[in-house]
Amino acid sequence: MLNLTAYKRQEPHPWSSCLVFLAAVLLSLAVSAILLKLQGKPALQGIELLFRGALGSRWSIEDCLIKAIPIFLCSLGVAIAFRLQIWNIGAEGQFALGAIGATWAALTFPDQPAYLLLPLMAVMAFVAGGLWGLVPALLKLRMRANEIIVTLMLNYIAILLLDYLVYGRWKDPGSFGFPMTKTFSATAIVPKITGTEINWGLGLCLICGMVMWVFFRFTRKGFELKVAGENLNATRYAGLPYEKLVCFVMITSGALAGWAGFIEASATINRLQPSIMVGYGYTAIVVAWLARLNPLTIGIASFLLAALRVGIENLQLELQVPAAFGGIMEGMILLTVLAGSYFNEFGFRLRRRS
Amino acid sequence: MSRRIVGVLCCLLLVLSAAPTMAKDLQVGFVYVSPIGDAGWSYAHDQGRLYIDKLDGVTTSYVEAVPEGPDSERVMLNMARKNYDLIFATSFGYMDPMLKVAKKFPKTTFMHCSGYKTADNMGNYFGRMYQARYLSGMVAGSMTKSNILGYAAAFPIPEVIRGINAFTLGAQAVNPDVQVRVVWTKTWYDPATEKEAAKSLLDVGADVIAQHQDSPGPQEAAQEKGVYSIGYNSDMSSFAPKSHLCAPVWNWGPYYKEVVDAVRAGTFKPEAVWFGMEHGIVDLSPMSDMVPADVQKAVLAKKEAITSGQAKIFVGPIKDQAGKERVPAGQTADDGALLGMDYFIQGVIGTTE
Repeated sequence: MLNLTAYKRQEPHPWSSCLVFLAAVLLSLAVSAILLKLQGKPALQGIELLFRGALGSRWSIEDCLIKAIPIFLCSLGVAIAFRLQIWNIGAEGQFALGAIGATWAALTFPDQPAYLLLPLMAVMAFVAGGLWGLVPALLKLRMRANEIIVTLMLNYIAILLLDYLVYGRWKDPGSFGFPMTKTFSATAIVPKITGTEINWGLGLCLICGMVMWVFFRFTRKGFELKVAGENLNATRYAGLPYEKLVCFVMITSGALAGWAGFIEASATINRLQPSIMVGYGYTAIVVAWLARLNPLTIGIASFLLAALRVGIENLQLELQVPAAFGGIMEGMILLTVLAGSYFNEFGFRLRRRS
Repeated sequence: MSRRIVGVLCCLLLVLSAAPTMAKDLQVGFVYVSPIGDAGWSYAHDQGRLYIDKLDGVTTSYVEAVPEGPDSERVMLNMARKNYDLIFATSFGYMDPMLKVAKKFPKTTFMHCSGYKTADNMGNYFGRMYQARYLSGMVAGSMTKSNILGYAAAFPIPEVIRGINAFTLGAQAVNPDVQVRVVWTKTWYDPATEKEAAKSLLDVGADVIAQHQDSPGPQEAAQEKGVYSIGYNSDMSSFAPKSHLCAPVWNWGPYYKEVVDAVRAGTFKPEAVWFGMEHGIVDLSPMSDMVPADVQKAVLAKKEAITSGQAKIFVGPIKDQAGKERVPAGQTADDGALLGMDYFIQGVIGTTE
């Protein structure tokens, strides 16, 4: 009699992760097609509309890239913390603080030239987001507070702080009482890459991604981080500065999310308003896990998720499917990909039972 | 002779080439902030969409649950690139994104609901919902026994504040002792949060629940507790038949048809319009049988007076919570004061912060 048993692979199969990913996406698309059919919509045309909406033209690809920018930055941020097994759920709040920091600079020095103002906004976003990230790190180290809870709670505080500012202090007097700051001056807006609609936030993404890759690959600190993430006891035994590492990753993590807030406020909204918060900080966690914390894969995953969200809008417009359909597809892809990762780590053996 | 033939041929060609463009349907797109299944704000707009969808030569589509911000800009861009002729965006936060898109697509007509900016090809429109709110306040003020009315509201912005003040004025007109307690949910659409907010109002003794939200969540909370409620956006009586007294409702269809006609006739003008009950864009839904006949009669009489323009809502003296006089006796607040209203009047318990 034949019996199928699973065994843990020593080395993940080199091509399997790619294959599993593709298979998972195909499976989700197939299920989505069935769901479309059940709603009485043309299934294949629906999938085609999804792709065409996301990747079918130059501007739709540009749209996807623009949307991928904040997702990528937040995701890179949480990934570095996850590498050390520090569970930073607070990218949302750090994003908000980054936006607040950048807005402060934009509102305080509106007349400065762009070459001074934009770097200042970036620095303020970095500092604000980084400090917001440092708080849970310190609480964890000094008071043994669980960082998952603290970062999550700080999200709410950050959003309330943002609300407080745009409903009060920073409210544009000309806005008829609506909660938003004045439009930023032209010098406080991150310019677009010439000839495209994409802002230079994409450049920032590329630089951050490269730096992160080099950091993990070639630097000592990067190595320390990897080791400390794998085994805490070994870290302590080897005399690695665990506490400093925790602070370091949380500051970096917060700062990257802060930069995402800076780019969103400056380049795409041109002001601060409550609707800047659309949950990129939480999306980032999903993306980081989908991409298994690898900077390059995070780039791909951010783009694909952005593409899915952009494509769904086209599907909605053309076929009038409910908005919830996008959420269902997203959930399905995440579920199948994560479930599929089982096949990366485990192989199967046929065994003859006597 | 041959010249004439050429001329006729040219005319024919012109007619033929022009014919398909003339026969092309007017494509109308709608951007909604919440799902159309919300039975509220977006549902009301979608009823308007369906109204014009029935017209000959008009096709419509929509995208729902679009966040206010860069996402909405992309959705509108997508519509404009697909040669939509007319785009309605129905949430305040779509204003600046729409302005950006309108500048890029001068041939498309843009209509923004509830904002204040216009461009050559972008108008904005809204309704004087506060008139219907006043009437619903009269109903609530007549029906309360505890003299505490609850009001679950989304965000402290002028539109909502104006509605709460009008509701309070209406209630005070029939019941001077009444007070209106306000809870902010800080969300337009979150049925669970809206319901919780209504419950917290019930806990402080409110026995009529009014709301400025996008779902019938507060109605359901009121029905569970066995108290009355005032709906909003659409007639919500089917969600809480034992509790729902009436609802200030939107009726966008006829106005949307006017815009469509104007665009087709080429007479569209980028105006900022703010229509009231006289235009039918806002109305009070039929009142429930639970409302006594004399109250119904008084409310309908007032409605008549508002529709004919005899009665105004914000007539002085009106004092804010701190006792400062905002509208002097004998005067009527002008539209500027209404559009920027950021204070609660006396009788409202809550804060506009």
